[in-house]
Amino acid sequence: MEVYLDNAATTRAAESVLHVMGQVLREDYGNPSSLHQKGMDAERYVRQAKKTVAEALKCQENEIIFTSGGTESNNMALLGIAQANGRAGKHIISSCIEHASVYQPLLFLKELGYEITFLPVDRNGLVDLQQLRDAMRPDTILVSIMTVNNEIGALEPISQLAKIVHDANPHTLFHTDAIQAFGKIPIHPKRIGVDALSASGHKLFGPKGSGFLFVRSGVKIRPYLLGGGQQKGMRSGTENVPAIAGLERAVSLFLQEGEVRREKLYALKERWIQKVSELPGTRVFGIFSEDESTPLSERIRKTAPHIVSVGFSDVRSEVLLHALEAKGIYVSSGSACSSNHPAISGTLSGIGVPKPYLDTTLRFSFSHENTFEQIDYVISCLSELLPVLSRFRRG
Amino acid sequence: MKENKYRAFLIKYAEIGLKGKNRRFFEDCLVTQIRTRLELLGEYLVTKEQGRVFVECPEDFDYEDTVAALKTVFGIASFSPVVIIDTIAWDTLLPVVGNYVDTFFPEKNFSFKVECKRGNKDYFMTSPQICVEVGAYLLKRFPELRVDVHCPQHYITVEVRNRAYVYSEVIAGPGGMPVGSSGKAMLLLSGGIDSPVAGYMISKRGVSLDAVYFHAPPYTSERAKQKVVDLAEIISAYTGPIRLHVVNFTDIQMYIYETCPHEELTILMRRYMMRIAETIAKETACLALVTGESIGQVASQTMQSLQATNAVCTMPVFRPLIGFDKQEIVEISEKIGTYETSILPYEDCCTIFVAKHPVTKPSIRVIERSEKLLFGKIEEMVDKALQTREVISVGNKTPE
Repeated sequence: MEVYLDNAATTRAAESVLHVMGQVLREDYGNPSSLHQKGMDAERYVRQAKKTVAEALKCQENEIIFTSGGTESNNMALLGIAQANGRAGKHIISSCIEHASVYQPLLFLKELGYEITFLPVDRNGLVDLQQLRDAMRPDTILVSIMTVNNEIGALEPISQLAKIVHDANPHTLFHTDAIQAFGKIPIHPKRIGVDALSASGHKLFGPKGSGFLFVRSGVKIRPYLLGGGQQKGMRSGTENVPAIAGLERAVSLFLQEGEVRREKLYALKERWIQKVSELPGTRVFGIFSEDESTPLSERIRKTAPHIVSVGFSDVRSEVLLHALEAKGIYVSSGSACSSNHPAISGTLSGIGVPKPYLDTTLRFSFSHENTFEQIDYVISCLSELLPVLSRFRRG
Repeated sequence: MKENKYRAFLIKYAEIGLKGKNRRFFEDCLVTQIRTRLELLGEYLVTKEQGRVFVECPEDFDYEDTVAALKTVFGIASFSPVVIIDTIAWDTLLPVVGNYVDTFFPEKNFSFKVECKRGNKDYFMTSPQICVEVGAYLLKRFPELRVDVHCPQHYITVEVRNRAYVYSEVIAGPGGMPVGSSGKAMLLLSGGIDSPVAGYMISKRGVSLDAVYFHAPPYTSERAKQKVVDLAEIISAYTGPIRLHVVNFTDIQMYIYETCPHEELTILMRRYMMRIAETIAKETACLALVTGESIGQVASQTMQSLQATNAVCTMPVFRPLIGFDKQEIVEISEKIGTYETSILPYEDCCTIFVAKHPVTKPSIRVIERSEKLLFGKIEEMVDKALQTREVISVGNKTPE
């Protein structure tokens, strides 16, 4: 049995996505900037995509910029907003559990003379509202906090955070990396005070190389891909029409089925957490376990529907990952922190995961296509593998 | 530009020239190696003649690719792009040498020296006479030229054999002996920096290679295995095709881990690796084992540890890096192009269970006593590992 539980890394493209991409590449291959009919035909896909995404976000079509994916969207937002607003101030606030595509641009801005505050998170990965309030300054130009954390699935209280920011300083802009959130939960940036939002297509059954940045109209942002002036000068370069068309189909499917998918995901997540917690030596992170009086089904509603982070006290994550792989089960290791990558693992250490779990944690991420039978199969494989593997340890 | 005007290379070989009655064998090996290497690039004509090998290139050959390929053939001391003159009649030869200088040195204001080698001893002039006459001719035809016999800017070398050859540039080859002239050895290839370099060094002495890699899934990943295949591929540019034997070592490793003192794990593992490698080596007509060990680099490479692992082998174990510092090994690996691949961060089976304080001065008696605990059950595991090994052909034209 093949069980793909790495849907937070990427997903399989939907059939309708493949179909429209084939159509664009084969027939409607024109350059949207061309004046002739072929160009018009291609442009139609881009217009439709803007419309569909705008519908999903409940925003204006001219507030969408198509990009090559999440990393570019995050870079565009952070570098573009920081540089366009640099004269108003040089202070930026973010959290210690952001993805590298937020963290690294912020480090780059720091080299350019910006001052960055990284807020800590609690044991469930949530940014503390009071700490954000305290960190706000008159020269704070931008706050960037992710909607859903990619390692443990923490769901940040974005509307409350944005409100705090705007109450403290009406000029401060709020950006959120919604790459793990868009296509999983409804998110309407303009209604909750979000000024910029990054998303990626391949996390929601769209093609790799697709994504977008929402920028509220009126926000000052500087383009950093310069050239032919496509997308109103915000992102030069011929639009990736097949990817944009594929993204459109994926978003459209989400609009139709989002609710059903989400319920399925929460049901899978609940079943998974129940079963995996019964295995000896395991620990599930970021699910409000301290709140014992609330049932699990309610607690997980405070988290993203598709990501579960599990520590296996005695087995190194890479080993377990490969052992599961041999059974046809595909997952990710929970952190970038292994003996060979002494790098930052913001999230796990950020939420205070005890040291023995830092390199024994796996991330399981579901899609609505997964089944309960698959979960039972993975659990039976784990109960077979764990006792064997935990006998052998380093050092 | 000038490159395209050359159509041939003259190849000088290294130590082979010193061989006595076996010289022909070594020459043939070299010719075969050059042919095999160039076959991938096109239809080259490779011939040997009196201490030289000649490569004549096809119409559409790529000069840079050809030079790069020749630089990987062990046994070549140096090589030169040459112009071949089909006749050795003196009154034709002189103007052709003149045309050569005219074509390849558009700027004539330089000092030169003519050198001559007369392979054809029946020729009516001696080498010094030819030098003098050619020099005089060139001076007369190109008055800007100057002769400098001590420190010339360019040599104009003329070789007179059945045909004549003119050349000026000498490109260094890798030296050594042609692969295949010294038999075959079994390389213990890990994913690290050292073992590919050891393979390269042994191969430089004319040894062709098979390799063995110990894979320990799920503790070592498919990527770690792919990395070893990639490393074998890179060195096969020098060593020729390699048959890579991938041995599943997990059960043996686990059994040792469970049965013996932890700090002896690495030594005991390595003893079994050597035994398995030797068994495969014997089956595949190898005459020796090759490892990338260097004294004192890690706990398993102290003199005592080397002795303890060496003791299980009856075949000679060659360790070409034994006296090298890490930095020296790194330099070679950068030169032969394995470094970037070697440093990819995948675990190999030697590091996954390494003890915090492994023994550094094992006594063979103690090790053998621990090893006895394994007897009775481990033999079957070794047999299984040998039988289930996967053989991957790396590099082109591997005989199946």
